[in-house]
Parts: sequence; C-alpha cells; structure tokens
Amino acid sequence: MQKLTIPGRILVYLTVTAGALLFCTPFFWMMSTALKPIDQTMSMPPRWLPFRYEAMLDGRSSEVRLERRLDESALIVRETAGGARHLLPAGAVRDGQAEITDRNGGRRTAAVTVLGTVPAGPEAPWCVVSPAAAPAGSDAWTAIPAGELSRYISFRWKNFANAIRAMGDFPSYLKNTLLLCLLTVTGTVISSALAAYGFSRIEWKGRDKLFLVALATMMIPFPVVMVPLYCLFRALGLIGTLQPLWIGSFCAGAFNVFLLRQFFRTIPQSLSDAARIDGCSELQIFLRIILPMSKPAMLVVALFQFMGTWNDFLGPLLYLTDQKDFTLALGLQAFQSRQGGTEWNYLMAASAIVILPVILLFFFTQRTFIEGIATTGIKE
Amino acid sequence: MTRSERHNLVTGLLFVSPWIVGFLLFTLYPVGASLFYSFCDYDVLSRPVWVGTLNFRDLAADTVFWKALSNTLIYAAFSLPLGLATSLFVAVLLNCDIRGRSIYRVLYFLPSLVPLVASSMIWLWIFNGKFGLLNYGLSLVGLPGPDWLGEQTWTKPALILSSVWGIGNSVVIYLAALQDVPTALYESAELDGAGFWRKLWHITIPMISPVIYFNLIMGIIGSLQVFAQPYVMFNGAAGGPNRSVLFYAVYLYENAFTYNQMGYACAMAWIQFLMILGLTWAATRLTRSHVHYGG
Repeated sequence: MQKLTIPGRILVYLTVTAGALLFCTPFFWMMSTALKPIDQTMSMPPRWLPFRYEAMLDGRSSEVRLERRLDESALIVRETAGGARHLLPAGAVRDGQAEITDRNGGRRTAAVTVLGTVPAGPEAPWCVVSPAAAPAGSDAWTAIPAGELSRYISFRWKNFANAIRAMGDFPSYLKNTLLLCLLTVTGTVISSALAAYGFSRIEWKGRDKLFLVALATMMIPFPVVMVPLYCLFRALGLIGTLQPLWIGSFCAGAFNVFLLRQFFRTIPQSLSDAARIDGCSELQIFLRIILPMSKPAMLVVALFQFMGTWNDFLGPLLYLTDQKDFTLALGLQAFQSRQGGTEWNYLMAASAIVILPVILLFFFTQRTFIEGIATTGIKE
Repeated sequence: MTRSERHNLVTGLLFVSPWIVGFLLFTLYPVGASLFYSFCDYDVLSRPVWVGTLNFRDLAADTVFWKALSNTLIYAAFSLPLGLATSLFVAVLLNCDIRGRSIYRVLYFLPSLVPLVASSMIWLWIFNGKFGLLNYGLSLVGLPGPDWLGEQTWTKPALILSSVWGIGNSVVIYLAALQDVPTALYESAELDGAGFWRKLWHITIPMISPVIYFNLIMGIIGSLQVFAQPYVMFNGAAGGPNRSVLFYAVYLYENAFTYNQMGYACAMAWIQFLMILGLTWAATRLTRSHVHYGG
C-alpha cells in the first residue's frame, strides 16, 4: 500500500469515483430504460429517469405522452383530403397549400385549412401531448402550454411482467437454468473434490505426471473439442435435451481440481496420518476430515460453476433446439433476435431479470467470491 | 512395488477416476477425432472422407477466413493491452490508502459477473446510433457520435470499448497481488525520494509481474475465442456491416453448424489452437526476463 500526499489523495478519489460511476452507468441505464414507457426510451436527449406525464384533457387530469416540445409558434392545420391534423411552422401555409412531412420522412404538398395558432415562444414553450392510451402516430394530439403539464418520477414495474410474457416460455427457461445449475454444481463439487484428493493427499506413482497432463488440458480451446463432442452426443441421441450440458460436470474439470488441490495441500498431512493409524480408510479421511475443513474452497468451486452455467451461451446454443428446453441466456438472445431491437424497455427488463440473480448471489457470498478469484491468479 | 504402494496406486486412481473418465471421453477422444476430421470431408450425416490437407488449402484461399482471423487479431491487439493496463491502473489506485476500498472493488467487479448475452443487450442499447447514451455523452462535449454498430469503421472500436467493462476479474487478481507487496519496499523508496510513477515502475510492476503474466496469458486465450458478444450483437454469421465483426469463433461455429462443414470447422479449430500456443509461447519468451518470482 502506498502513502499519498493530500492533493494526490484527492486525485485518486476523483479518479476512482469517476471510474466507478462510469462502470455503474450501464446498470443504471438498463434499469432506467426497463422502467420507462416505450416512447420515453426513444428520446434525444435521453431522460435519465422514467417519468409519468399528466395534463388536463377534456376537463380531466389524465396520463399523457409527451410527443415534443415547441419553442416557436406553430400553426395547427387540417388537410383537406383525409382530414389529418398537422403542426407546421408559422408561415408554412401559402394560398391554402403547405408542404407536409409524413412520419416516414416523405414530403408532399397538400391543400390545408388553418385551424389555429400555438403561441409558443422561447420563454413560454408549449408541448404536444397525446393520451397515453392512444397508439403512436395517432391523430389524438393536443398542444398545451408547458406549464399545464405535470411530471412525476414513476417506475413502470409492469414492464417486467410484460417482458416475461414477451420472452416466450419464461417459466421453462428459468426451470431449465436452475436445474442445470443444480446438476452441474453437484457434479463439479463431488467429482473435483474426489479427484483433487487423489491428486494431493495420496502418494502414488505417476500422480504428479498425470496432474501435469490435467493442467495441460486447460490450454485446449473449446472449439477443438466442440465438433466431436457434438457428434458424440448426436450419436447418443441427446441433441435437444439438457443432458450434454451437465453430464460433463460429473467428470472433474482440470481448473476446479487445480483450485481444490491447492487448498487440500495446505491441510497438514499429520491429520491424515493420525487417522490412518486409527484405521480410517482414505474415503473416510476424505469425508470426515478433508471435506469439513474445505468448505470455503468447495463454496468457491460451487459458485464459479453456478455462474458458469447461468451465463453459458455457446453450450445451450449448440445442444438445445426446442424453445421449451432453452435456458435464460439463450431465451434472452432468442427474444432479442425475434423482436429485432425495437422494444428497448422490455429488452432491458428481460436483461435485468437474467442479471439480477447473479448480482444477488454475489452480494450474499461476496467474501468467498472475491477471495476465490484472487487465488486463481496465484501460482504455485 | 510393495503392497502398500500398490494399494496407494489403486486408491489414488480410484479417487481421480472421475477426471480420468472425463479426460478420455471429453478431452482425449474429441481432440483426436477433431484432428482426424480436420483432414476429412465430414457433414455429420455421412461418414468422414479423408481428403488430406484440402481443408487447410481451402482455408488459405477463403477470404472470409482471413477476414475473420484479422478481425479477431485486431480486436485482441487492442482490447488485451487496454484491459491489462486499465485493470492494473484501477488496482493500483484502489491499493492506495483510501477509504471505502471494498465498495469500489465491488463496483468495478460487478460488471464482470453479468452474463455476456445480457451485457450484449445493454451495449446494443448504449451504442445505438440514434438514441444511444454514448452518443448523447459525446454530443455533450460537442462530438458527433457515429452509428457505432452500423458503420464498419466503428463496430470493432465499440466491441473493444465494451470489453473494458469486464475487467473486474483482473482488478481483483491484481489487487490481491498488490496487497502482498511489502510496504517496506515503498518506504525505503520514499526515503530515496521516489515519486508515485517511479515506485509504480520500479517496485509495483516488477513485484506483481507473475500476476501480470498470468492475466496476459488468460487474456490471449480468452480474446482469441470471443464468441458470445459478437454473435449476439451482430446476429451470428452476418458479422456486422461488411463482416467487420465476424470473429474467428463465430465463423468456425457457422461452418460447423450452419453449413455442416465439420471437417473445415475442425481445421479452423486446430489453427486457432496452434495460434494460441504460439502466442502464449511468444508472450512467455518476451516477458521471461521481466517476470520475477519472489521467494
């Protein structure tokens, strides 16, 4: 740890705080978007918080959508053909004709009747509002002085319910993900602990050479084994089931074996020796002495595996074919590619639902987690 | 071999048997099969047909392959040093005697927990050319924001920038290593009048060089295999405007599972493996004289 001068310390505080704020912004923006009505997500400049706008319409205070703000006076005109109303800049109407820009950007000249003027100015802006229930682009808009519009911070929690419905088979996604997490965590913890015990607490010929082989397998990139594994599971008729995603976890992965072995090696050998003299078998020593002493390390392995399974995308993408078998990560991606990135509020709500459990789990297990990651960087 | 040695060998092997089964079934067999397939024409449905080095020769002539390879290398060449430097910088600052270090550490760490599919959604939204938060931020300082995800010049910078959000893991690893650097070293350097940067360069970095090396190797392995984020953000094989973010792993996946060219995909996988080995070896050679393992 380094000692700092006062200006140095202020500089450090400013930098780390600015950085931390920057790192939090995506989370904040996700939540803020998730709680907005769709029209408020598409505004430039963006609004930091979700709002609810209210105005007096037909003598009743009701929720409205803020379409835009007017800083200059404008003309309300009615198109002679069709009767649609438009808001045009003052002076845009000549001889009963005006150029009208459609919603999709097309321009045309049409005959219009002037209905009235909106006396907006830089000092006294007006707003164009529509009833919140009216569909986007409908003709139900009204212009009101900005002062008559009231604004409250308001969170649309029902976006979450809508997002869950829009995602497709959400209950199945959740069930599949939790089931996979349960199976892979169980499998990994049991198998890695057994293997790590064999690699650290028993002396046998060739042990360390075999462990080097285990370490070397960590270098192999997944794509190298991806195709044969897929073909293997295909031959077994397991494509489209959850099985390829958890079977492997019952066969200790090298990384977890490495982590647990590191921990087991710190337990004094004399404990095992004493137990052996008392006539305990290796399995008894493993179950009664080593395991109870290694709870923190096992928890680290379990947590890493849980996160790995929860976050995995490529595995489910490879093996799952039916929507009812999807995991949350795959379901989220399918939702996004289906709706093509238009309903940002629902997409952000769905993302938040996938992220939230991971964050919660982290907060409950923070110490273990951070220490676990710190040890992965420490070599023998 | 004595009786007890044989007994130990049997029990030892029994304990490690889950790993042995996994090694044979999920590593050794697939590695061998994949090497074999890489010399075959194989579409899963019919038997693999030996074609010699045809897949590799085809790859050499495949412009999309070279595009995917260069995209990936460019991404790695920028995101890796950027990530290493930023995380080290953050860790060094957090290691100063400031209050609330554990809160800061959590804030920097949290993003690295976010599932890649979900963070891809957030980045799609932030980089949105029309309503995106980033372009709003740029407009505040008077810069015109590009259409990050729609112009081929800007897609890679967007992915590289967003990769910095996930440095939390390395920050935590660095921070743990920094806390093990003896304070006495800094104190004696201060007596000699060394300032912040000299202490950083002459004490901190050499003392934690093994961890920097570890993060570097992990970064090489990871950045050459980037898959989920480009796949999700740019609709799979499309690879964004003019295939500017078609990554190696994505093209490999598409060859295998969209075009059913399993042999071709395996050949790509082996080239990737050799590249990772080569780069790791090169990184080890280059840093060898600078990595100090303390006593």
